[in-house]
Amino acid sequence: MAAAVGVGQQWVLVEMVQAFYEAPAYHLILEGILILWIIRLLFSKTYKLQERSDLTPKEKEELIEEWQPEPLVPPVSKDHPALNYNIVSGPPTHKITVNDKECINFASFNFLGLLDNEKVKNAAQASLKKYGVGTCGPRGFYGTFDVHLELEERLAKFMRTEEAIIYSYGFATIASAIPAYSKRGDIVFVDEAACFAIQKGLQASRSNIKLFKHNDMVDLERLLKEQESEDQKNPRKARVTRRFIVVEGLYMNTGDVCPLPELIKLKYKYKVRIFLEESLSFGVLGEHGRGITEHFGINIDDIDLISANMENSLASIGGFCCGRSFVIDHQRLSGQGYCFSASLPPLLAAAAIEALNIMEDNPDIFQTLQGKCKRIHRALQGISGLKLVGESFSPALHLQLEESCGSRENDVKLLKRVVDY
Amino acid sequence: MANPSAVCNGHLHYQKQNNLLKSGISKKNGITKGIKKNGVSNGSPYKKPFIEHFERTPMYVAVLTFLGFGVGTIFGYLRDFMRAWGLEKRNVAAEREQQKDFVPLYQDFENFYTRNLYMRIRDNWNRPICSVPGPQFDLMERVTDDYNWTFRLTGRTIKNVINMGSYNYLGFAETDANALKTVTKELQKYGTGICSTRQEMGTLDKHIELEKLVARFLGVEDAMVFGMGFATNSMNIPALVGKGCLILSDELNHASLVLGARLSGATIRIFKHNNMQSLESLLKDAIIYGQPRSRRAWRKIIILVEGIYSMEGSIVRLPEIVSLKKKYKAYLYLDEAHSIGAVGATGRGVVEYFGMNPDDVDVLMGTFTKSFGAAGGYIAGKKDLVDFLRTHSHSAVYATSMCPPVAEQIIRAMKCLMGLDGTTQGLQRVHQLGKNTRYFRRRLHEMGFIIYGNDDSPVVPLLLFMPGKIGAFARRMLEKNIGVVVVGFPATPITESRARFCVSAAHTREMLDTVLKALDELGDFLQLKYSRYSKSAHPELYEETRFELED
Repeated sequence: MAAAVGVGQQWVLVEMVQAFYEAPAYHLILEGILILWIIRLLFSKTYKLQERSDLTPKEKEELIEEWQPEPLVPPVSKDHPALNYNIVSGPPTHKITVNDKECINFASFNFLGLLDNEKVKNAAQASLKKYGVGTCGPRGFYGTFDVHLELEERLAKFMRTEEAIIYSYGFATIASAIPAYSKRGDIVFVDEAACFAIQKGLQASRSNIKLFKHNDMVDLERLLKEQESEDQKNPRKARVTRRFIVVEGLYMNTGDVCPLPELIKLKYKYKVRIFLEESLSFGVLGEHGRGITEHFGINIDDIDLISANMENSLASIGGFCCGRSFVIDHQRLSGQGYCFSASLPPLLAAAAIEALNIMEDNPDIFQTLQGKCKRIHRALQGISGLKLVGESFSPALHLQLEESCGSRENDVKLLKRVVDY
Repeated sequence: MANPSAVCNGHLHYQKQNNLLKSGISKKNGITKGIKKNGVSNGSPYKKPFIEHFERTPMYVAVLTFLGFGVGTIFGYLRDFMRAWGLEKRNVAAEREQQKDFVPLYQDFENFYTRNLYMRIRDNWNRPICSVPGPQFDLMERVTDDYNWTFRLTGRTIKNVINMGSYNYLGFAETDANALKTVTKELQKYGTGICSTRQEMGTLDKHIELEKLVARFLGVEDAMVFGMGFATNSMNIPALVGKGCLILSDELNHASLVLGARLSGATIRIFKHNNMQSLESLLKDAIIYGQPRSRRAWRKIIILVEGIYSMEGSIVRLPEIVSLKKKYKAYLYLDEAHSIGAVGATGRGVVEYFGMNPDDVDVLMGTFTKSFGAAGGYIAGKKDLVDFLRTHSHSAVYATSMCPPVAEQIIRAMKCLMGLDGTTQGLQRVHQLGKNTRYFRRRLHEMGFIIYGNDDSPVVPLLLFMPGKIGAFARRMLEKNIGVVVVGFPATPITESRARFCVSAAHTREMLDTVLKALDELGDFLQLKYSRYSKSAHPELYEETRFELED
């Protein structure tokens, strides 16, 4: 059997050799050329289709030498309006000494006049004697003092919510609260006139931002409807996308209030959560100073998160968030400005507690404040060339030029002359 | 073997100089030694020995740690299952009835770690205190009836607990009436609040005084102060860099630096922790290849590093970074939150520690919370830089300024450090801190614990590794009346949970000895002495490393 196969193989070999001899010449030459070509291709170097030249080390050195960066900071002209600060000597209370000139202070956010209150100062002094100045640590690492816990309890009780959390800087409050809840892929509907801190919080959260026109509920509803129709197309994604509305109680940039009752209706209709920023309205609006929820008479549990800073009415430093425990407790581990930053100095916390005491004991100061605001509002109405923007009971008002001069720079210069006078 | 000081990792001294930037400091068994000074400074950027330790985790420890986490996770799933089916009570607050059909605020899985692993040892964090955070403090006693879900204050205080957790490096957290005299006066004069931003009515004469003093302290042209350290980073980095710029940031940078870098919109690239080759290769690639895809040149390149890294205890390799920065024309942003006041012969920070010129660092940033016992941050540098920040920083326009009593505290602490109040108390504090640091670290090494970080850094991380030991360590130390800080995942890598000690100038030798004795006992009890290189108490008689290296 094997022999037969061997013979068969040999037989094929012989046939092949014979065929080789019998083939025509051109055929052999063609095949020979093809074989040589294949050998050449096999042994030549490969090259990429896109000519990406690998730089020689010398060229790299040259590139490094030649590269010139921009200067670290662009030069600032000497007469930049913001360069020379107004220096205040002495305490910044109602009568203030600016650049050695005595003026009445209409520029600080000292709404309740607690900046030079003796009781507040005494409470701060007592705390200074007991605790020193700084806390030397974040909240998680022995930076939690009993004054912090007390302040949180008092704020929660005052605002009639379950829990409150304190931050050591007003700006960081809302800028840390928003990214703690809203992550990439979530949707936030925010008013156009939102303050800078909110904008930074939104930028840090990387969520999808949808702006609606200032205080325009129709525009907001339109956006919500659009979102709803998007959800119909992709229900699985919609089930995990969180939605938030961020508004301010009293807008810093325009001086008017947000229409909270309509917002609550929209909340339940479209299932979005509301974050309310009450820096200017805390301690100003409402019968007892509880802010815009008291002003409109809304159940505070309807708002998911209220954030405010203590630097305006409470004449201290820092900020707080209050709401239900379910919402607030999350920030204790994921609020960046809370976990990674030192806690509020105890003397400031004690001052805030004392200010709260004053607010609770004298609820008539809010009426006084609102009365004064209305008076000023009326008095400033009739000035020619200047327009008053802001609600009648808002303590922060904007005076705008009725007609613009043409360019923004000239407008700013004109306003500055008004200010300097 | 010739004279002892010629030892240098077994290589010839001169050869090493050339390879300094390329091969870097060689690691031998995880202990990195810098070049020892030999009387011949042959271009070595380090004027004193730079010794850092990052001993590798023993294999059996890593395995046991993962096992521990695995068991915890399994039990976590079991408990979640039981809670979902109502077999176990739910202790967490739940959403309102009216909002039950809203999209859930938290994903169940995001909180898995918090619910099941963190909750078991939660009593070691957020401990409330009721006295000044000096070298000793009073802790409020806190008990839990339901395994850490809720806490209850009993009303009793645990007195005179030794404080190894607060950032009180120079001991300025004090209530001595004499020391706080000026602060009390300023508080009475100015009150507590400001109610305005820097660019409006918020700049007091106190701020100007403070800024001049800070600039003088650091030896730079000008400085600007801000109300919060975290906000200093997150609001000023966006003002300095923007789109089209490149940020090279260290792996282990603080959350504020990371947030500032993200908010700026620039491209961020990360280099390995304190690794100069990684940084150099990133710099080269950045300049040669430009921006991704468009190949345009970068507008500017900025390197973000910290002086002392608070979780590792390592000090930045400043001389090498400065030489790299000069060669590649990048800018350097140095965050000295922990190092200002704590290192350096007179407490001026890492710039002084390495004997360098403060002009070499483009942006010097720091906070006043740690060494000065106050709050707030500063940025210092050339006048152009500070002028630019005064006009363009977000903090100057929108955020309130520092409150006056806090500013006064910083002024008095700085004057004390500089010797302007007529005493040598400041220098004494700095020396005491240095002595305490070296003593503490030496003794811990001798006992056989694994300690990370530079020999001169007052931040001392002691590795615990296993999750069960985190809770046990902190609780037992509290029973012995010592307050420590423990950190685990996610602040550290998952296998490297640690206890972090912050040595203070106010600690006396007796306090340190008490702590060391307790650590010794606890180390034996919990089997924490993992180090394979425990030194003897008399190294001059027997230098183990010298023998090893002569091969």
